[in-house]
Amino acid sequence: MGGKMVEFAGYNMPVQFPEGVVKEHLWTRENAGLFDVSHMGPAFFRLIEKAGLAPEAAHIEIAKIIEQVLPCDVQGLKRGQIRYTCLLNLDGGIIDDMMVARPLNDDEQGSLYVVVNAGGKEVDFSIFNELGEGNVTVDRWDENALIALQGPKAKDAIKALNPNAADLGFMNYAKFETPFGDAIIARSGYTGEDGFEILVMKEYAVALCAQLLSNENVKPIGLGARDSLRLEAGLCLYGHDLDETISPIEAGLAWTIQKCRRERANFPGASRILNEIANKPSRKRIGIEFLDRAPAREGTIIQNQNGDDIGIVTSGGFSPSLNVPIAMGYVATEFAAIGTQIRLMVRGTARDARVCAMPFVPHNYFKS
Amino acid sequence: MSVKFTKDHEWVAVEGDIATIGISAFAAEQLGDVVYVELPAVGKNFNQGDAMAVVESVKAASDVYAPVSGEIVEVNDALVDAPQIVNECGIGPEGWFVKMKLSDQSQLDALMDLAAYKIFVES
Repeated sequence: MGGKMVEFAGYNMPVQFPEGVVKEHLWTRENAGLFDVSHMGPAFFRLIEKAGLAPEAAHIEIAKIIEQVLPCDVQGLKRGQIRYTCLLNLDGGIIDDMMVARPLNDDEQGSLYVVVNAGGKEVDFSIFNELGEGNVTVDRWDENALIALQGPKAKDAIKALNPNAADLGFMNYAKFETPFGDAIIARSGYTGEDGFEILVMKEYAVALCAQLLSNENVKPIGLGARDSLRLEAGLCLYGHDLDETISPIEAGLAWTIQKCRRERANFPGASRILNEIANKPSRKRIGIEFLDRAPAREGTIIQNQNGDDIGIVTSGGFSPSLNVPIAMGYVATEFAAIGTQIRLMVRGTARDARVCAMPFVPHNYFKS
Repeated sequence: MSVKFTKDHEWVAVEGDIATIGISAFAAEQLGDVVYVELPAVGKNFNQGDAMAVVESVKAASDVYAPVSGEIVEVNDALVDAPQIVNECGIGPEGWFVKMKLSDQSQLDALMDLAAYKIFVES
């Protein structure tokens, strides 16, 4: 398809197709984009022995095991529901960010569907493997294909796989029969748009993509636009906006830690995280609104108006939708209030900017 | 008027002692959609190989290097307001970045002509 290929997390991936990042980006916001995200790490986390356990009890059993390393209310997931969460180290730092989901049917209870990042796969799966005292298995599916279909016209295009998939609620998933074998289809994504993420057996992947791309509203989209879309949506990229020193509270992800988990306080780094919830963290993730046209890239120093260093840009680029530069970064909490005047040190020149709310472009998720 | 190219994908068109400088169509295509161009101040002097301008795509920033030594006598402000010109007409009359007064004509001799640049890009 004429993609310009780059290496990313050990995978050879298209960074852009011939139309270019800006057109691909805008196409996804207005129509539907197809992304090959097979580098990511889908897996099923299963109880090996669940004899004697009723479906609900089996779910609680596996949820309690994975909750040892996640601050997410996995026990409270509804059937078919997906939650975004962070895998934490003992200091409450983020080892990876990921999705965790509960299956729909009785016979599948006692298993969880997870999707982790490409770069974190080996570490994450080894952590999961050590949980559950030998009664849990990590069934990796990352040799198969994960395809994202994103944009306002995705809900029509997905009907080519199975018409019922268009009825999934936001942040829900199910297994569907498709012309390309059974596929796991989730109503989720990384663009801020309505859309789907499809896990399909690798032997069907090319045909499935060809079918979706035969819809005139669907075009292939590269890694470049995937990054600009997620940045406009205010979503974090692991290794840039999140790392092992950053807590979910610093990252503005307190909403991923449900009340019951805060009360139970039984996740790694709970003392730090609960303290940060009560007393504010020392730094916070912010959105940055530019007052001129020079983009500020990852690593750009952020200063206050007195010229003191107060933070750093962690993702910086250009918004094709807004036609201005946008960025996110971390600053000392006293400078994190929306509207605070800051300076970005771009190639030695201080550029005026302001702390702003995120997302930069409103989310357009499906509401059922 | 002869046009020469550098290994960093700048082009230089010389008339008398004034060099007009831009980036090649190949470079523009590699960068992708150009969204920002930063140009030097008129009157500034650069040595051959100095970073003198910046061109940014959605994803990344790249330096534009002075292909020859000299003084900036004019810059193309149109690129600042409409950076997409770089993609649309890299080597055309509108896509130039700066005009420079050459301080050493002999530096041109070591640059590639179009035929040599084509071979360089394809290799």
